[in-house]
Parts: sequence; structure tokens; C-alpha cells
Amino acid sequence: MILALARASLVRQRARTLLAVVGVAISAAMLLDMVMLASGMRVSFGSLLLAQGFQIRLAPKGTLPFDTDATIPDASGIVQRLRARSDVIAVSPVLGAQLHVEHGTASVSAAALGTIAAVQGDYKLLEGELPAQDEEIAANDALLAAVGAHIGDTLRVAAGFDPQLRAYTGQRALRIVGRAHFIYLSAGERAMALPLATLQSMEGSSRTDRASLLMVRLRAGADVEAARAAIERDVRTVSAISTATAIEQVEQRLSYFRQLAFILGTVSLAVGFLLVTTLVTVSVNERLGEIAVLRAIGVRRVRIVEQILIEGSAIMLVGAFLGLGLGLVTARYLNSILAAFPGLPEAIDFFLFQPRDAWVALGLLAGCGILAGVYPAWRGASLPIAATLREEAVA
Amino acid sequence: MTGDEILVAARDLRRDYAMSAGVVHAVRGVTLDVRAREYVAIVGPSGCGKSTLLNLIGAIDAPSSGTLAIAGQRLDGLPDRDATLFRLRRIGFVFQRFYLMPVLTALENVELPMSEAGLGKTERRTRARELLAYVGLGERLHHRPTELSGGEQQRVAIARALANKPALLLADEPTGELDARTGEEMIALFERLNTDGTTIIVVTHDEDLARAAHRVVHMRDGLIVDDRRR
Repeated sequence: MILALARASLVRQRARTLLAVVGVAISAAMLLDMVMLASGMRVSFGSLLLAQGFQIRLAPKGTLPFDTDATIPDASGIVQRLRARSDVIAVSPVLGAQLHVEHGTASVSAAALGTIAAVQGDYKLLEGELPAQDEEIAANDALLAAVGAHIGDTLRVAAGFDPQLRAYTGQRALRIVGRAHFIYLSAGERAMALPLATLQSMEGSSRTDRASLLMVRLRAGADVEAARAAIERDVRTVSAISTATAIEQVEQRLSYFRQLAFILGTVSLAVGFLLVTTLVTVSVNERLGEIAVLRAIGVRRVRIVEQILIEGSAIMLVGAFLGLGLGLVTARYLNSILAAFPGLPEAIDFFLFQPRDAWVALGLLAGCGILAGVYPAWRGASLPIAATLREEAVA
Repeated sequence: MTGDEILVAARDLRRDYAMSAGVVHAVRGVTLDVRAREYVAIVGPSGCGKSTLLNLIGAIDAPSSGTLAIAGQRLDGLPDRDATLFRLRRIGFVFQRFYLMPVLTALENVELPMSEAGLGKTERRTRARELLAYVGLGERLHHRPTELSGGEQQRVAIARALANKPALLLADEPTGELDARTGEEMIALFERLNTDGTTIIVVTHDEDLARAAHRVVHMRDGLIVDDRRR
């Protein structure tokens, strides 16, 4: 009966209840987005780094991976030493460079990754074959579209341009054997992958036996931090960074995102709380006479409290469920905007939905819904019955 | 309960209100006994304390001093929880403005106190139908208060007051909002209720309603100044 009364009280003022639900839904959507934002980058970045199973990355001493143009000397020797370790099952050297693809009378620049196809972890082949042989490349859609090429075509690719000779340097004819998606590159960035040796030779003597990055995959169950420390001790020319450390560094760099998410999430929760408190208080104030009569005919205080808390919680929960849907839609839209952020890998999700986030948001909103009803419930339950009825009669 | 038993026993009952202008002595020492099956009308000018006395007897207000017992149960100093339970099981209230729950049907309004008392759905629905038939609204069970006339609403309120078979029915100006003809119907209904064994205390300005009672208590300035049985 109390449930029926609570439901009827909400239905009685349909427009007002609907507006409150919409308000809570917007608040809930924002809260969910902020909860998603708070953990999205970290989880997404961690998944991205671990996607290919490499737990440790080696960059030139004192740098972060691809943070500078510096390279690691004696790459092949380091690879051999690492492969000799019992806890290492694969090492993938990567050389990064900027190459120029002739296109008519002009050229199109593209990022190039020199890798060993069999162990690489930088791209996924979408079509065709891996560029395992000298003078073979796999290009991404952005590059193929920019030069109007297809698998099987041959491109004239140069490592640089000599302005005095007015000629390309390190020029080679490379055949497209595959179409690839580059995991760590930003959206729309033109890119190609080619054998490490091919790129090293194109880049000239300055890049002979050098790599920008070495990625290390450990055996299952290996102690990543211990391996990282041992490698850094053993190979003096590199800085070793584990995925966990990388995530930690990313977290530190993007801590303002979390702070922003926390502040905005708190604000949206507070807005939802105040909205429901106000609405339920107004509703209770309009029904003081009814509540006094309920008390007069023997309805216990706890029932009045229950009814009012149910009303507040119902508004909050219905709004929360609608808000979850709305939050997912807005998160998707915002993600598409942020995904175009220059320099960020396309695969990074700022707003990553995880069921835990939805439960956290729902839990917070449900708690707020109950709290929002506390004041009006206290007001309703503590009414002096006779005085309220007298005032109602006078009114 | 036999007709000779004292149902309501008030001794030197007082109720003071602290107002900004000073203390108002609404009830200033009322002593009153009401026997079971009596039909008592409390009359007097506005502000004489008759509604306050009714509220004290109905346990929706607490006396400043004095003692009050209903069916042997002391109500003065009773904790809210116990007073609420007492109202639920032993008192039936009828108000001038009906005060039905507008979102519930007539049947649901009558079921409400029974639901609170823990009666099963079937039992309370059956009793609610019987009570509404008793007050002449057997055909209006599923109407909401806004779909009923003033007289019909007051009948629903009476049925609701009788829901938990109370020892005492209290009515505050039950004909105050009704036209003359409907008021007469209400008077007849109260007489029938009393004839069927219900103890009634009614506060009223309505002379016809007071005339129908077996005993008329006159109040003035918070005191009983006359108490006559017919």
C-alpha cells in the first residue's frame, strides 16, 4: 500500500516527475562519463601496450619510446643478448623514420616502421602479406589513399631530400604486399612498415644496426620488474620501461583528467542530489495534510519515511538508468572528438565503458537517491499531527 | 465491552500552547468520562478547546498535564510509537475535510488502515467492501475522491475510520463541509453507527447533529461548563 502511495504520488505530478527524471538522467550521464574518463585512459593505454604481449620496452638511455630521434646502437647484438635470457621469449627491434613517397611531381611523407615481420608488435595485417622480404612494405589506408596505390603496386620511396643536389637520398622502389593497421599511430596518420634491414640501409650509415625501440616479451609468470631491472643493468645503452611503469607515467601526465573527472563527477552527483531533494521536499510540503492524516489514522513514522525514500530513490534510479544510456551515447561522441587529438594512438579510448563503472555510477546515484529523501522524509515523519491538521484546515 | 464500562476517562486534562504572544491555555482542566456505546457531542464557540480535547482523546496530541485513559490504556506520556499503534487499532477519526488520499480509490482508502495493521489482502478487501456497502457506497468502490461528492467522500472517510473495528469513533465537524440534505444523511449514519454499537464523540457546531447525540457536553474557554444526557 505504501508502495502504491509512493508510485501514485509520483504519477500525480507527471510533468514534474518527468522533468526531475530527465534532470537526474543528465546528471547520471555526466557522472558515468566522468567515471569512465577517470579510468578509461589508464585501462585503454594498458590494454594497448599489452595487446601484442610485450611487457618491456627499451628506449635509448634517458628517453621514452619514440620521444626523441635518438636510436640504440648495436641493436642486433642487444637482441641476441636478450634472446639468450631464459625469461625472454621474443624481442622485436623497431626503427622509426619519416619517409617520402613520390607521387607525381610531389611527395607524400609517411611514418615508417622498420621491423622484423615475424616478431613485430606494431601493426595488424588487414590484407595481403607481411613485408618480410627486402623492398616490401605494408601500408595503411591513409597512405594508400594519399598516393592512390593498391596492394601489388610499387612506390618510389626516399629517406630524405638533398637540397644541394636537389635529389632524393636513400631512394628505393618498394612493393606494397599488404594493407595494415598501425596500433600506436594516431587516426589519419600515413604509415608503412618495412623490414628493419631495408629501412636501416635506406637511412644510411647513421642508422646502421640501430633501432629506436626494442620490445621484449617475457615468458608467462616471469617477474616483469625483476627482468626490467636486470636488462637495464645488463644493457647500459638503454632505459627499460615496463608496461606498468609506462601506465604509471601516463597516469602522472594525465592526472588532470582524473581531477577534472572527479570534480565534474562530484558536481553532477551534487546537482542530482539537490534536484531530487528539492523535488521531494516540495512534494512533501504539498502533502503535509495527507501525511498528517496518515499519521492520525495510525500509519507509523517508518512507513512515511519509507514512502518518501521510495519516491526519491525511484526518481534517482529511473533517471540513472536513462542516464546510463545517455552517458554511453555522449561518451562515444566525445571519444570520437578526442580520438582525433594529434599524437595520440587511435586505439586509445578516453571514455572506456566497463561494467564496473556502470555499477559505481548506479551505486552512487542510488545512495544519493536515498540520501536525497532523508530531509523530506524526516520532515514528513516528524510533523506534529494536530498542529498540521489545524493549519491545513485554516489554509 | 458492556454499555456500563467507562471507555474514556479524562482527569484534569490540560493543554497549553507556547505562542509568540504568550501561553495559550486551550484546555484548562477537563474531567470527562465517556461510557462504551455512548454518543457524545461536544459543542461550544470557536476556540473554546473542543477540537483540542478531541485531539487529546484521539492521541494525536499530548496533554500538558492531567491523565487520560481509553479502554484502560493510559495515553498521557505514551511514546509516539505506542500512541500510533493505539490510534491504528482503537481509534477511528473522521475529519471535517474528509482527508482521503486523492491518489487512492474509495476501496483502497478504506483498506489503508487495515494494510497498516497487517491484514491480508483478501481479508481487508472483503471488509472494505462490506464497510463501503454499510455506508451506502457499494457501487462506488473504484472511484477516486475527486470523482465523489462531499457526502460520498465523508462516507468513505467514515468507512476508513471503522476499518480496524475501533473502540471509539471521533469526528471533528463531520457535517461542516456538507450541504443541509447531505448533513442529515450523515446524522442518520452516525445514529445507525451508534445503534450498531459504536461509541462516538463528535465535535460540532451543527445543532442538528448535536441534537442527535445522547449526551451534549458544552465547553467554554477550555472548560466543560455543561454536560447533559438526554
